[in-house]
Amino acid sequence: MTAPVLELRHVAKSFGGVHALHDVSLQLGAGEVLGLVGDNGAGKSTLIKIITGYHRPDEGEIYFRGARIDDLTVTKARALGVETVYQERALADQQSLWRNIFMSRPLTRPGGFLKVAEMRRVTSELMREEMGFTSAILTPDTPVTGLSGGERQGLAIVRALHFEADLIILDEPTMGLSLSETEKCLDFVRGIRAAGKSAIFIDHNIFHIYSVADRIVMLDRGGIAAEFPTSRFTLEELTRIMREVAATGRFDEADRQGDAGGTA
Amino acid sequence: MTAAAERARQFLGPRQWTLKSFSIRYASQIGITTAFILVWLVFTVMAPETFLSSRIYVSYAQTVPYFGLIALPLTMLIVAGEIDLSFPSVFALGMVGYIAVEHTTHSITLGVLATLLMGAIAGFVNGFFVCVVAIPALVVTIGTQFLYRGLTLVLVNGKSYTLLETDGSIPGRLLTGRFLGLPMQFVWFVVLAVISWVLLFRHRLGQNAHVIGDNKQAAGLMGIPIMRTRMILFILTGVVAALAGMMNSFAVINFYPNQGGSTLLPALAAVFVGGTSVFGGRGTIWGTAVGAFLIGGIDAGAVAVGLKDFWTQVIYGAIVLGAVTTHALLQRRFAR
Repeated sequence: MTAPVLELRHVAKSFGGVHALHDVSLQLGAGEVLGLVGDNGAGKSTLIKIITGYHRPDEGEIYFRGARIDDLTVTKARALGVETVYQERALADQQSLWRNIFMSRPLTRPGGFLKVAEMRRVTSELMREEMGFTSAILTPDTPVTGLSGGERQGLAIVRALHFEADLIILDEPTMGLSLSETEKCLDFVRGIRAAGKSAIFIDHNIFHIYSVADRIVMLDRGGIAAEFPTSRFTLEELTRIMREVAATGRFDEADRQGDAGGTA
Repeated sequence: MTAAAERARQFLGPRQWTLKSFSIRYASQIGITTAFILVWLVFTVMAPETFLSSRIYVSYAQTVPYFGLIALPLTMLIVAGEIDLSFPSVFALGMVGYIAVEHTTHSITLGVLATLLMGAIAGFVNGFFVCVVAIPALVVTIGTQFLYRGLTLVLVNGKSYTLLETDGSIPGRLLTGRFLGLPMQFVWFVVLAVISWVLLFRHRLGQNAHVIGDNKQAAGLMGIPIMRTRMILFILTGVVAALAGMMNSFAVINFYPNQGGSTLLPALAAVFVGGTSVFGGRGTIWGTAVGAFLIGGIDAGAVAVGLKDFWTQVIYGAIVLGAVTTHALLQRRFAR
């Protein structure tokens, strides 16, 4: 068996004495889409920020493809193939589309000089072929302030895709999107799996998670409350489980018609 | 060119400027240039004997760069969302390095290098307190403005120095001589303006500066080296401030420890009149360069057209307010 793309072992993090995460262990295989659910404050964003190298865990180990990484930084995580779609939070609004696409990885000549013409060209290509921007008003030089919410989301997603990441993290990518834009976004997530890449998909909406994730991890109060393949339950059951976890902070799978071997 | 790129080219084409798209994209540059021409026309009509002779332009070309040079890296720093108010003191502090080294080694060249090094150290200290200790740049550089001026006065014991050795020397001629009839101060200004433009718009440093000034959180999430970028910009500003101070000293063959005090407001005014956003993320080198000559022209211009020199302050204020208001309105108008 090949090593998982990402593995966390007993990761813990606290901020000023408050435990944001405790004893979190999880694995993510190649071509797998993991749905991460949990209430506000359950620790989802802390977990994501640890995986992307933004926060350093207080305890625990992080493995990428079987290799332990001790001092994960944002730059290192990206070099390891982790790309994050932070909704529009990671866009620079006043800058042009091409500057945003190539935000931290500009195409350069030796000495750090930018290949602006090439970046414009690639951007216009991505706009047309990947983002579906056909409006003549939008050019690679348009600032992000000129985009709608859905267009911004598309920009962030296409940026992650363009850099051929192995692990794409989507932090509530459907927030603020219209129905058709949401469907397009979910299609993109399915495309990640089809391309053999992995994804961690965070969403408040269980319908979205259910329709794209292979496996669901429920976080509650900083720990993993439940973890199971999506196929094991129907959407109705899942909704009930989520409510139960939210109320009790745990999920006793033994209660469920003797379905053995679950996680508690 | 790849096939896909070729298709993209057919779809969007190379950038095709129309009058409208050009004027929207360069609204602030067009605005400042128009203002500059208008002010110049007013002065020329009212005082043609002054403004149609070359003497006043030679004078501008020598004196505007003293603060205009500093406005160039300052523009980059402000685009990155930071500020430096300590440069008037670095203007003098750098020369302390020159005096110490030249008096011991009798090498003007080493003195020049020592001046630039002093500027770099001053910029590094600013950057250290802003980036590492994490204190807002406004506060840090108000503090270092006093600190650097005080150090200058202490180190030279408040004395002025005559720099006769620089007169006619190669470094002296390179900094303050003539090239094809143009004052070297102006030549340096043009060269540094071009370099600044390349760094800000065609180099990774400027890419990082734009993103950091626009959305620091995004820059952090995307792994942009926030600390290193800002550090480099603080050091650049320090080096250029020391260079400008040295130019000024060499031109008048004299160093005095209070030199540079009057560069603070004109340099900042040039940046903001030029359309650089106070909030970071947006700025132009062309605007700053034109802004420097606009600001630098008012003093002599107002006197030449027969206004009492008290009026120059009023005109300064009106131009700064008018310019920043216009930029704000243009920005809102074309924000889409």
